[in-house]
Amino acid sequence: MENENIGAMNSPQDDDWTMIIRPKRGLLDINMHELWRYRDLIMLFVKRDFVAKYKQTILGPLWFIIQPLLTTLMFTVVFGNIAGISTNGIPKMLFYLSGIVGWTYFSTCLNDTSQTFVKNASIFGKVYFPRLALPISIVISNLVSFFIQFIFLLCFLFYFMAVGSDIAPNINVLLIPVLIVLIAGLGLGFGIIISSLTTKYRDLTNLVTFGVTLWMYATPIIYPMSGIPEKYRIFVLANPMTPIVETFKTALLGVGEINYLQLLYSFGFTVAVLVAGVIIFNKVEKTFMDTV
Amino acid sequence: MSKIIIKLEDISKQYRLGVVGTGTLSHDLNRFFAKIRGKEDPTRKVGVSNRLDTIDGQYVWALRDINLEVGEGEVLGIVGKNGAGKSTLLKLLSRVTAPTTGNIKVKGRIASLLEVGTGFHPELTGRENVYLNGAILGMTKKEIDSKYEEIIEFSGVKKYAETPVKRYSSGMYVRLAFAVAAHLEPEILIIDEVLAVGDADFQKKAIGKMQSVSRSGRTVLFVSHNLTAVEQLCTKGILMQNGTITLRGNVHDITSAYKKISVNENDLKRSGTRLIEFQDYRMTNMEGTKIDEVFLGDDFMVSTVAKANENIDYTDLSLDIRNDSNEFVGHITNADDLFEIKKVDKGDTISVSVTVKNISLAPGTYYISIWLGNSYGTMDYIENCMRFSIKQGDKFILRPYPFDKRAKIVLQSKWNFK
Repeated sequence: MENENIGAMNSPQDDDWTMIIRPKRGLLDINMHELWRYRDLIMLFVKRDFVAKYKQTILGPLWFIIQPLLTTLMFTVVFGNIAGISTNGIPKMLFYLSGIVGWTYFSTCLNDTSQTFVKNASIFGKVYFPRLALPISIVISNLVSFFIQFIFLLCFLFYFMAVGSDIAPNINVLLIPVLIVLIAGLGLGFGIIISSLTTKYRDLTNLVTFGVTLWMYATPIIYPMSGIPEKYRIFVLANPMTPIVETFKTALLGVGEINYLQLLYSFGFTVAVLVAGVIIFNKVEKTFMDTV
Repeated sequence: MSKIIIKLEDISKQYRLGVVGTGTLSHDLNRFFAKIRGKEDPTRKVGVSNRLDTIDGQYVWALRDINLEVGEGEVLGIVGKNGAGKSTLLKLLSRVTAPTTGNIKVKGRIASLLEVGTGFHPELTGRENVYLNGAILGMTKKEIDSKYEEIIEFSGVKKYAETPVKRYSSGMYVRLAFAVAAHLEPEILIIDEVLAVGDADFQKKAIGKMQSVSRSGRTVLFVSHNLTAVEQLCTKGILMQNGTITLRGNVHDITSAYKKISVNENDLKRSGTRLIEFQDYRMTNMEGTKIDEVFLGDDFMVSTVAKANENIDYTDLSLDIRNDSNEFVGHITNADDLFEIKKVDKGDTISVSVTVKNISLAPGTYYISIWLGNSYGTMDYIENCMRFSIKQGDKFILRPYPFDKRAKIVLQSKWNFK
């Protein structure tokens, strides 16, 4: 009883509302505080994704490794041996795998977050929580799989170093955490922009899946930067993923050099996409249930 | 009146009809151009009020100019027919979607139960789902930790806490889901029909839990078609019709007003060939005065007037009586009394009345349906067209306590003791 009285005394005045629901909210009115309050939910979503994905599978988490491994083998055969594309003297498997691991993180982030609204309409329609919690949880759970694949890549790397291949991981590996953040930011940014637009116009969902595949060919995954004819260079360089993937490979394999200006461009691009994404997402999340 | 904890100011909500996705781009462009020229949104004008049968615009107002204040600790029942805007109102309050106009001001945390088990994942165990669902509903991990034992205990699935919920029976699933929801502790709780789950036993438990929640001083908004549950839980109520609040007050006034509109409006289910049809029907006392309430053990009359549209050789007339839960509890027909209705000529009008003696159905609310027909089929059938209630009175039951709610009929009895 006493507690109640204290509560009443401290209670807000008549105009002191804890929450006001308005038809529209300001462009930058983003409630990061609330998102933080729901951090437990984000981690539980991550856990759910993880558990649900590999329950009732025989190989379980091995699937994290099988996928990049088979893709690497395929690329080695098709692009390396049949088409004969140069890998700048780096062992083919290692060259492709390092590209694939980075790219997979980007493409899964983009693909998965781009379906945020459509896939979770049934939850969103019944209960409120900060909608950004879901795409963020997707980025985090994909980060976990990225780490597993990254460790797998390191094993490969050490093996090739042991057998005396000409590769030299260098001080630039310190940049890798930054690269990971950039990849996550780009994937998340593009993903939530697309997910916001698909609430009304579903056309984009069709574009995303094969669009991401095409995008990969515009990124130096299966070919080195040096192998690009001069007149196409500008297109590959306009791709914000290019400097990220290049830096990633250079840091681990020690071939090529890092262009900080290009990396800065990727950074700027990521920030712009992320800000635009959060603004659009924030605007759509209030009423998307009416149109989804 | 206590402190205002929820305040709705001129809330309206507009929905677009039909298939979204075709033509929306042109609508959006239209809106956009109107906006940059500083004109009023062109789609606002075409909205019609929410009469589901008279829609001719492309937009509909699901809610129109709602103003409402809810005080702290109030347990408010929201009743209304399908499409009256109840669920839309709850969706706005639970922030699932935003209003088109107006503001909602709230003090304190809101948790909404528009459904139980939101976000349950079949592959996760009972324990994992409790945590996930609790977090979705707004609890932190710490809060769930402290209530976990209680939740599992309440749900009665303790043995299966480490089993994936896809192996649960649907009853266990619902019980676990409800248990999580029931242990939320927000200042404001919004509930939509979730009590309509589980078996009778569990519903009882659920209602009991809800009652204790509502008595704990929390503010509760409760939407249901189950008027008994509304009356049990709520003290105040609002009645919604066509997107507006038409009545606000004591819960019993609200439910009885709702019962009236739900019978009076032209949505009576009527079927048959109409070779002969009812023109009038009424329930009266033995003096012929129209009534909608009798005492247990009383006699009453149902009088009907019917007109023949063709020559009718013979017809039977019967009354069906159903209770509040739509259970068939009584049937009266002229044939049982060897009374015959024969040779009605085209254009003739007949009046038939029947007296029901010593009504001994348990006190409660009942609906009478009337039927005209013969071995060739139904000629006119009007479902649940008369509503009446039976009060306990003192004819059959002498002690001043309510009759046991579980029983459906009252048996007359005589006691001996030696």
